[in-house]
Amino acid sequence: MKRRRVLTGRHFLLGDVACAEGALAAGCTFFAGYPITPSTEIAERLALRLPEVGGHYIQMEDELASMAAVVGASWAGAKAMTATSGPGFSLMMENLGLAVMMEAPCVVVDIQRGSPSTGLPTLTGQGDVMQAKWGSHGDYEIVAYAPSTCQEMFDLTVRAFNVAERFRNPVVILADEVVGHMTERVVIPPEEAIERWERPRPTVPPGELLFPFAADGDLVPPMPHAGEGYRVYVESLTHDERGYPVMSPEVHDQLVRRLNEKIRRAYHQLVDYDLVETEDAEVVVIAYGSTARSAHRAVRLARKEGMRVGLLRPITLWPFPGHVVEELSARVRAFVVAELNLGQVAREVERFTDRPVYGANHAGGRMMPPELILPRIEEAYRDAQGSRRRYTPAR
Amino acid sequence: MPREAVADTHPLDEILRADRLPHIWCPGCGLGTVLGCFARAMLACGIPLDRQVVVSGIGCTGRAAGYLNVDGFHTTHGRAIPFATGLAIANPELVVTVFSGDGDLVAIGGNHLIHAARRNMDLNVICVNNFNYGMTGGQLGPTTPQGAITTTSPYGFPEEPFNLPRLLAACGAVFVARWTCLHVRQLEATMIRALQKRGFRFIEVLAPCPVGFGRPNELGEGIDEMWFYRRQADYDPQVALETLEIRMRKDSKIVCGVFVDTERPTYMDHYREYVLRKVEGGPGEA
Amino acid sequence: MISPARSMPSVRTPLNAGGVRIPKGRVFILPERCKGCRFCIDFCPREVLMESPSMNSKGYHYPVVRPGKEEDCVHCGFCTVICPEFAIYTVEVSP
Repeated sequence: MKRRRVLTGRHFLLGDVACAEGALAAGCTFFAGYPITPSTEIAERLALRLPEVGGHYIQMEDELASMAAVVGASWAGAKAMTATSGPGFSLMMENLGLAVMMEAPCVVVDIQRGSPSTGLPTLTGQGDVMQAKWGSHGDYEIVAYAPSTCQEMFDLTVRAFNVAERFRNPVVILADEVVGHMTERVVIPPEEAIERWERPRPTVPPGELLFPFAADGDLVPPMPHAGEGYRVYVESLTHDERGYPVMSPEVHDQLVRRLNEKIRRAYHQLVDYDLVETEDAEVVVIAYGSTARSAHRAVRLARKEGMRVGLLRPITLWPFPGHVVEELSARVRAFVVAELNLGQVAREVERFTDRPVYGANHAGGRMMPPELILPRIEEAYRDAQGSRRRYTPAR
Repeated sequence: MPREAVADTHPLDEILRADRLPHIWCPGCGLGTVLGCFARAMLACGIPLDRQVVVSGIGCTGRAAGYLNVDGFHTTHGRAIPFATGLAIANPELVVTVFSGDGDLVAIGGNHLIHAARRNMDLNVICVNNFNYGMTGGQLGPTTPQGAITTTSPYGFPEEPFNLPRLLAACGAVFVARWTCLHVRQLEATMIRALQKRGFRFIEVLAPCPVGFGRPNELGEGIDEMWFYRRQADYDPQVALETLEIRMRKDSKIVCGVFVDTERPTYMDHYREYVLRKVEGGPGEA
Repeated sequence: MISPARSMPSVRTPLNAGGVRIPKGRVFILPERCKGCRFCIDFCPREVLMESPSMNSKGYHYPVVRPGKEEDCVHCGFCTVICPEFAIYTVEVSP
């Protein structure tokens, strides 16, 4: 069973383990990380499996070093990743920005737990959503996936690696501890059936790549690796198309816009979501990760009570499926955003709708019970009419 | 013989990014001298330039990677060593040098420094010590001598600084040396030796920083500090490491030399022995 | 600060001094790169260099060969190696 990179077959796997196997299936060759509950099982699985498949596992002295090593390995040609939780994610923010600036493909898995600070190390939360998008300083785009099942822990990790390669950007898996620590059926397909995307590479020999940071229509430059003779200079400072640091407002604006635009203009390629029973819905619940499963139950209970309620489950939290919220706004009376935080995705939803947005919130510590969501659905169904005048705060 | 001739190019321009010269460092700064020694060492050590990589952190010394015509990375503050670790592991053919300053490597980067030395990571570290944070205007750092004046120690630095050779030797570095940037011949030879060795190598190089450190501490301009090195430098590789503090005062010695030059298995040697050998049936293909 | 070069002790004359060929060098300057640090001038063992009366476009007095010292450069290379700006080097010339 070991030794193969892709463990094709039907398994009963821990979510964290499914994530690790997804990374291997995607071609991961390097993991640098630091143990932190509830992501440690990913590190442990990869410590065992990566050497079996010619990859490398190293446990670094802290998360700052881990993320730095990931970016370095990426520039040496590796498909690199790390895994962490909230407190480590905070430490990784510095070099997440470095990955953005150096356009280094990499995957960061955040198995969210009760936060802020040390919080609830062994219990779930969903408080890092905004941090994934805004945690590092400056303007940048991130792609972040929210798995709801162990199967998605596998599938979305594969996709994360591919998207990271294609766009030369860090990609985040924003799972929560419930999904990370639950055990479910995971079907791993045959290796030939798994797509592996590679980063764009130079098409000219060393000596002819004069502008390594110039990009064509898709705004993603080809990536030479260290040691190939391209003598490339890679900067964390603002740089021009040669890679040289330039302290000019024009160059800075141009660079920052390109780094953001390369993700933004691929919105429809990247965005992913699920819609359940929304065709005739008057109220739509929006939930992600483990909370989506509770929300699904609450929606079914609401339907039993005769309410026309549906569920929008973002699969990409970033880019956020705002266009779906906009479309739904034309025919629903209200949204109920259920999340294990005090209203982070709710803010995104508000941006795309003038319908009332009700929050079903809990700071975390256990999977959200459907009983927390259903009353808000009932309230929204009963009260919501017309446009929202102000945000209805969470209870 | 006619007098001096004016030239357009310098013999080292091939290995420098000459289109970016003159560099940003101040008149009298020693960094250009250290860079020159390293450039020569890179050419003389026998390792193809395509395999050599330089990783820098933030600070004046951190700008060095940007002037060398090899693959170079200018990373975040303090993180040059773990970044270089990632490069070195992902491609063991690379010969990686970390070229950074005292603040970057020893303060914010301190944790990474000691762990990379402990692991005996295959990295060559050149630490230019100018006793302050020069790029940001001359603040104190962990190598600032006690009593020295900096912009954040206007009454004199109260703390005792690191003794870098002692620190690195204690952490397990297999090669530890110190020179001033005046000792250009010795420095180049030491750099060549370091490039040809394996394991964690650390070379501390003293350099003047007249704006940030020299002038505020009665060491004068760059040239004055170079004369200070000339008078105060002493060579003693056998000396006890505990005595290697630097005070940068008129009476105190600056002891230079190669203090540690030894062999021990590198991180990758250990990894092969402990991990790969035990993987069921031997290591797999990537 | 005045250079104390003259106060340095002189070396003894080697026994085989008569049979040793002393190289001869030619100094090349890139004036625009110079920042006037004086490392080359102060540390040239033959005191071949001095500050030029003229300046480069940044206002620095780059080094020039002292009048009368044109034959004294021994291509030791110290100026080449000590210069932080890659602004000076010597080339060996036949005597």
